[in-house]
Amino acid sequence: MLLYLLRRVFYAIPIALAVGFVCFMLVQIAPGDPINAIVPPDAPADVVAQVRKDYGLDQPLMVQFGLWLSKVAVGDLGRSLATGRPVWADLHSAIGNTLMLAFCASLLGFVLGCVLGGLAGTFRGSALDRGAVGIAVAGVSVPHYWLGMVMVVIFSVQLNWLPAMGAGPGGSSDWAWDWEHVRHLILPTVTLSVIPMGIVTRTVRGIVAEIMNQEFVVALRGKGLTRWGVFLHVVKNAASNALAVMGLQLGYLMGGSILVETVFSWPGTGLLLNSAIFQRDLPVLQGTILVLSLFFVALNLAVDLVQTTLDPRIKRA
Amino acid sequence: MSTTATAAAAELAVQARQAAAKSEGYWAGVWKRLRRDPMTIACGTILLLMLLAIVLAPLLAPHDPYQGSMIRRLKPIGTPNYPLGTDELGRDILTRLLFGGRLSWFMGIVPVVLAFLVGSTLGITAGFMGGRVNMAIMRITDIFYAFPSVLLAVAISGALGAGIFNAILALTLVFIPQIIRVAESVTQGVRSLDFVDAARASGASGFTIVRVHVLGNVLGPIFVYATSLISVCMILASGLSFLGLGTKPPEPEWGLMLNTLRTAIYVQPWVAVLPGVCIFVTSIGFNLLADGLRQAMDIKG
Repeated sequence: MLLYLLRRVFYAIPIALAVGFVCFMLVQIAPGDPINAIVPPDAPADVVAQVRKDYGLDQPLMVQFGLWLSKVAVGDLGRSLATGRPVWADLHSAIGNTLMLAFCASLLGFVLGCVLGGLAGTFRGSALDRGAVGIAVAGVSVPHYWLGMVMVVIFSVQLNWLPAMGAGPGGSSDWAWDWEHVRHLILPTVTLSVIPMGIVTRTVRGIVAEIMNQEFVVALRGKGLTRWGVFLHVVKNAASNALAVMGLQLGYLMGGSILVETVFSWPGTGLLLNSAIFQRDLPVLQGTILVLSLFFVALNLAVDLVQTTLDPRIKRA
Repeated sequence: MSTTATAAAAELAVQARQAAAKSEGYWAGVWKRLRRDPMTIACGTILLLMLLAIVLAPLLAPHDPYQGSMIRRLKPIGTPNYPLGTDELGRDILTRLLFGGRLSWFMGIVPVVLAFLVGSTLGITAGFMGGRVNMAIMRITDIFYAFPSVLLAVAISGALGAGIFNAILALTLVFIPQIIRVAESVTQGVRSLDFVDAARASGASGFTIVRVHVLGNVLGPIFVYATSLISVCMILASGLSFLGLGTKPPEPEWGLMLNTLRTAIYVQPWVAVLPGVCIFVTSIGFNLLADGLRQAMDIKG
């Protein structure tokens, strides 16, 4: 098993490198000369030539990739074209906000999904089951950016209960755990949580239904164990799979929150990406995507390692 | 994952042969099960009606989709002559929803069709050939799996810039790896079955075996999986337009309409959310249709 864990960690390294290469290529496939991502468009020709040489842009592609990689390895993601500040400086605070939003949303989605899926799996074929499955299908089919708008219409415009935009009073992006800030978190969290809610419901329903049919559950019942006692055994068996799904959902939401962040002007990586796209600020686009994807790779690895360690039944080659 | 898909594929192949042995064909059985499933029939009917409506948009639409007027901006739902109100430039919402469906459907379906063609070719090749070919194709697939799909779509179309073609290219690239994985595991399941060995022993070439024995058994599951992707693709495609990455104004498209109407949610909130209702209905329709097809064709997973 230790061997498996080690191999899994080693396998993540080429994946991370390949992810880096794809991010590097993003600037290459962008229309126009990549030099435009470094110098302003009105720079004189000799400056452009000098910068091209300094940045190694006259070198072959793979050499350029090596140069870029060596900078990224020490945390230098370049400078924003729009603000001139280092990309990492802007990214740093944005990641914290996105992580919090994604974490709260996946937690809420996970809890709701477990309740719905658990009920649906236990009472399979009942009206309860059909209701839960219906909610799950709606959850994965709804365009969540639209759901966010509907939430704003209902809770901000009509009822005036919750704020529609930002992460704090007066557009501040510094987080604090007080009601004024938490109020801003509610609508984006609920909106974003419908996706993991739908997926977790489906998964948990399947797992629970499968476990309920297994012989050991029948045996436990025959032994005279109460419903609650049987339920605990089922939870123990379902937990590692459900946790794995939850971990991956956190990663998907980190990358997928761009639409919801745009709707609610949540000051996270999504909003950063959005403005980078509009201003064609390629260094910011590249840096944000790289960091988010590497986070996803690391999360995938962590989920795999934890699951293998927790669940001795999983034997992998 | 792969073991269940393998088992499913094996079972499917067995059932296909059993069905063929009976007087009634496999597809007749699928159709019979489909007819007894009111939910799937309802979804299919609704989607067909929507398709008809957007194809016949020029005949059905009461106004011009591009012709606005400053004096009738943001009218509420139920205004005479403008049953669903008007948008921020005074254009008729009903007309724009009808015309907008054309691009939204186009961008929801075309990437999946392209990804189905490319992905199933590569996936079946990888699954059937095995060895180094499999290794090469599947490891490249792993790289694309290392990106959350929304992020990958935004990254590619963000780097390439706004435009319908770029958005379709980005979405196709997002879905190819997903289809490759399904195609590969289903094909591997079929490859190890006895009738493939028998065909090989009788001297059939690899190409013949794939054409005669493999394709018929794997295309069904891949097709059903692709159908379920249309729902995701439509949400993503409209999402890209919502971000300003897909269609460009003044072209009518549901995601773009949501984006431009977003500024109007304080004035006409219920008009502003209408394009989203269209996306939602289409996406849930394709999702349930895929579920129904999966059940009728008896594909697990």
